[in-house]
Amino acid sequence: MALWEKLRPYAMVAPAILVFSLFFIYPIFYMIYLSLFEWNFISPVKTFVGLQNFIDLFQDEEFLQVLKNSFIYTFLTVTLTIGISLFLALWLNRTGIIYGIVQGAIFSPHIISLVSISLLWSWLMDPEYGLLNWVIGLFGFGKLQWLSHPDTALISLVIVAVWKGVGFNTLVFIAGLQSIPKDIYEAAALDQSKPWTTFYKITLPMLSPTIFFLVIICMLNSFQVFETIYIMTQGGPVNSTNTLVYYIYQYGFQFFKIGYASAAGVILLIILAILTILYFRLLSRRVHYG
Amino acid sequence: MPLKSADQLAPERGSDWLPPVATLNSVKVARFVIRVINGIGLTLLVLIFALPFAWMISTSFKTLPETMVFPPKWLPENLVWENFVRAWNTGPFLHYFMNSVIVAVGILCLQMLTVIPAAYAFARYQFRGSGFLFGMTMITLMIPAQLIFLPVYLQMSAWKLLDTYFALILPFASSAFGIFLLRQSFKQVPEELIEAARLDNAKEWQIILKIMVPMAKPVLVTFAMFSFIAHWNDYFWPLVMTTNDTVRTLPLGIAQIRHVEGIVTWNVLMAGNMILVMPILIVFFLAQRQIIRAFVYNGVK
Repeated sequence: MALWEKLRPYAMVAPAILVFSLFFIYPIFYMIYLSLFEWNFISPVKTFVGLQNFIDLFQDEEFLQVLKNSFIYTFLTVTLTIGISLFLALWLNRTGIIYGIVQGAIFSPHIISLVSISLLWSWLMDPEYGLLNWVIGLFGFGKLQWLSHPDTALISLVIVAVWKGVGFNTLVFIAGLQSIPKDIYEAAALDQSKPWTTFYKITLPMLSPTIFFLVIICMLNSFQVFETIYIMTQGGPVNSTNTLVYYIYQYGFQFFKIGYASAAGVILLIILAILTILYFRLLSRRVHYG
Repeated sequence: MPLKSADQLAPERGSDWLPPVATLNSVKVARFVIRVINGIGLTLLVLIFALPFAWMISTSFKTLPETMVFPPKWLPENLVWENFVRAWNTGPFLHYFMNSVIVAVGILCLQMLTVIPAAYAFARYQFRGSGFLFGMTMITLMIPAQLIFLPVYLQMSAWKLLDTYFALILPFASSAFGIFLLRQSFKQVPEELIEAARLDNAKEWQIILKIMVPMAKPVLVTFAMFSFIAHWNDYFWPLVMTTNDTVRTLPLGIAQIRHVEGIVTWNVLMAGNMILVMPILIVFFLAQRQIIRAFVYNGVK
């Protein structure tokens, strides 16, 4: 083999690998490195503090609140999004103009920017004049504070996330449902299987790879939430909507505690890594293939 | 033969026989009721997704006092087109728009340049370390911007690259997702076609450009759409990497409307939001089938 032929593959992957090394791999290590220091970004001196940042983090009430918020937000968003999407997929899995329109309608938030959706829902959820309070008023409920009250703010963000995410997940589920071979259902019908049993023993197992895929994507996305919080609540009121990424942003960009923020980043990294590993483990164990 | 009544027929056919007309009616009614409930359900579902947009449109045409009414009025007295002008004038929107174009197009071009050769190499060559390098590529899929923004910001700041197109474009100059998709596609190109081209003394780059790329066109188009929309809509990365208007993009401009006039002027804000949303919504309604198919079927893979 000529020398060029041997080197060629490396030359072809080099640009991409360079970009990934520089902007993805290296920053991770740099962040881990920074988490062991105290640094205010402006001074040229970084003070080594070892694991002190991590110890401080876990003793900080605010950070523990932030962790709690992140997990609650993720749990609610994932269960509601996946649950509702599955239900909608079973309901809307039909052809026809009407169902096409409905599928299009629920998918439309997916391509709109998160900024637009955040701004729109900030207005919808306005405690005084927002449309949402009018709608729930039709059902006999009184006005709610939504984003302005610590007890309801996080759930309001969950509602927005579910509204945005349901369409995409539903359509992916529908695609998954349609890829299940029809003869399995015919066989079940011949055995006079009841609808619930058919669903539980056939549909659900055959859909499980898709379910796991969407659950993990949803989980990863939920832990990474930032834009909605930045635009709609800025972590408040009273830190009730402060989550990991926003916390890192605050301590890095507003309070200039770079080491501290990096330590929080390392925590996020660990959480994401665990979720990813869990996913691949569960994938090989519980998933049913044909 | 004279027609027999139901009572006369029953003894002949068994005591639990009902004339066909009676059973058909109750089934028909049940089916009708289900269809009505289904219809109501579908309508409610569409409303849940259409009403917010309708409300946005309605608000964008109101005067400020008209927005501060509860219960809310849907139709404004007059169409206040002014709101759109005011929204547009809150900042250098044309400039923001150009920046968005430069960034999104720049990213896409660089991605094509880095992704196509890499995908080809991973798909069709055996070389030492290819497994490791491909694994490394796939790992970056798990590394979101929200994890690395702080260290990258510090890097960019140290190199004085903040507020430049480099900071907005370079980190996305390649795409693991694109490499993954394209590698699949390239792997499916039949061996014989490539062999035939090699026999014709075709150079490698000719094989790539004249055979592989055309065969992978649907995937490339899908990916291009993904990438363009994602980076056009991106708010987070430009937020972190810019401190002034030099390279600021459209999403940032729109969000800023909120802070311009002191109190929140929802009518102007929604007008600005319309400017951002309407082009995409219109394209969506026109090309709905293709867009959904592209996004969803690549999600399923």
